[in-house]
Amino acid sequence: MSTFINQLAYGLADGSILALAALGFVLIYKATGVINFAQGEFLLVGAYMFYTAFVVMDLPLVVAVLFGVVVATLIGVLVERLILRPMVGENPISIIMVTIGLSSLLKALVQAFYGTSPKSQPNLLPRGSVDILGASVPINRLAAILIAAVVLTAFTVFFRKSRHGIAMRAVADDQQAAMTMGISVRRIFALAWALAAVSALIAGVLVGDISAVDNNIAAFGLLVFPVVILGGLDSVPGTIIGGLTIGLLKQFTAGYLDPGLATVIPYIVLVLILLVRPYGIFGETRIERV
Amino acid sequence: MAATATGIHHRSYTSELRLRATRAEYLRLGLMTVLLLVLPFVLDNFWLSQANLILIAVIGAVGLNILVGYTGQISLGQGGFLAVGAYSSAILSDRIGLPTPLAIIAAVLLTAAVGTFFGLPGLRLKGLYLAIATLASQMIIEFVIRRWDWLTLDQGYLNVERLNLFGFQIGGRQVFEQQWYWVLLLLAGLTVLTARNLFRTGLGRSFMAVRDQDIAAEAIGVNIPRAKLTAFAVSSGFVGLAGALTAHYSEVVSWEKFTLDVSILYLAMIIVGGLGSIAGAVYGAIFMTLLPELIRQLSLGLGDTLPFLADQLPAVRNAVFGLVIILFLILEPRGLDRIWQRIKDYFRFWPFRY
Repeated sequence: MSTFINQLAYGLADGSILALAALGFVLIYKATGVINFAQGEFLLVGAYMFYTAFVVMDLPLVVAVLFGVVVATLIGVLVERLILRPMVGENPISIIMVTIGLSSLLKALVQAFYGTSPKSQPNLLPRGSVDILGASVPINRLAAILIAAVVLTAFTVFFRKSRHGIAMRAVADDQQAAMTMGISVRRIFALAWALAAVSALIAGVLVGDISAVDNNIAAFGLLVFPVVILGGLDSVPGTIIGGLTIGLLKQFTAGYLDPGLATVIPYIVLVLILLVRPYGIFGETRIERV
Repeated sequence: MAATATGIHHRSYTSELRLRATRAEYLRLGLMTVLLLVLPFVLDNFWLSQANLILIAVIGAVGLNILVGYTGQISLGQGGFLAVGAYSSAILSDRIGLPTPLAIIAAVLLTAAVGTFFGLPGLRLKGLYLAIATLASQMIIEFVIRRWDWLTLDQGYLNVERLNLFGFQIGGRQVFEQQWYWVLLLLAGLTVLTARNLFRTGLGRSFMAVRDQDIAAEAIGVNIPRAKLTAFAVSSGFVGLAGALTAHYSEVVSWEKFTLDVSILYLAMIIVGGLGSIAGAVYGAIFMTLLPELIRQLSLGLGDTLPFLADQLPAVRNAVFGLVIILFLILEPRGLDRIWQRIKDYFRFWPFRY
């Protein structure tokens, strides 16, 4: 029982961080129709930006967070402006490839400036553990779940209530109609990339705090694909369900079966879902006509 | 038949069916043949090994371009299919004792079968969904070859004996690269020729119809599932050949050679060369294989003025790699092939601009 509680906590923590990473992915896909293969690298860059501000520049925590958010927003907007905007109207293969190129570029830049060795930073989340039903669960995992939940709720409220959130949903629904209503589609595209970069930053910092700030963060980011396929590529609630499911599945496989198998099980699930229900649990089914 | 200022006028069906029509095209073909035949006598062993790597890459890139460029089915599983070809050929020839040519043929067929299997999701999916499905196939194949101890006899890698073709043994260090060059040149040449001709047949045309407008293609009677699966089979057959040749050429097989990065590298080749162009796949294979070496030479040359470049060589290489993909997609989405066409047009129309 105690192992089970432990696995549950670890799985949920991983899952909620995955949900955050996937949120950025879904935001971009929903608003702009771009599949972003560089989402993992956004996590990576976010984690390193925060590390730079917090450890290298020795800024106070709040300022470091702000610095990270500003840089992430800037990167998101720049990527949209410089790389994706010239690609509007190209075929999906080209758009997928351009984000793959971007991921290679971002990873290389991080490697050039910071090297490949893991960086350690002072703990952000409280350490130690609490006793739940006889299992000792690390507090930082619980804190990660809490932070992810708060951020995801904040984003959901933003989409439901705020002017920009509603504009984003309008653009996602029908770009032309949104444009005729006076919504600047360009600004919404930029906003989507900026928000995606910020959510990736938070996810990256959480992964960095739980394990270490190193290149593996980008590999963690690759897991957003099983998550978004499970939840549906264009569904925000889907990322939460998908993230938690994949996180738990991975943790339980690692804990009860085989740690090696845990790295591949999300992808097996991914293929099965694609074969059975390609648009995921909450995804919108697309009907094509000539 | 003859090229005039206003274009090429065919006067018979046979002249229209020719692969090459004008004297300039025959001249270029002749020049290229001479160049390819002279190459092994002028290059030293190092550059000859680069040429051999290019020839293997040409086979793999042409295979991938059949799937991605001509059929419009994006695949991130190239690395996995190369691995299937490499492992099966190595195991069949060294452990089971099949003659190497037979082992290579068997590897090609096996890879085609595996490729068709992983192409099954493609029947329901396209575009980005298919990209993600093939990403998963890459991960799954990679996992299987890493964890299946029987494949590598618990070593993590597989030694392959020196290539033996019909009793002819590839020689030692002195002649190794040169003998391989002839073998690979022959196979790469056959691959290019087969692919060029494939798109003059009904099957090849049906691939392109699926790419351009699948629903319309179905309406005019193209069997879409069959076309898609055949495209996966044909393409992965070529990829399997490239994988098998990698195994026999490098004489060692390990899973590190077939990661997701390799899949991306091959996609980069066909993007840079030109999607949906056999010549483009060749240009792309040359460009992307030589790029790391050129960067290395450049940063060694600039090592004194810009020590940063030489210190961070792997990172610089990856950054340039990413940048090349992005710039090509934004500035010239149809790749080197299109650039070459434009250069030819410039001279053809000179002194006019169009």
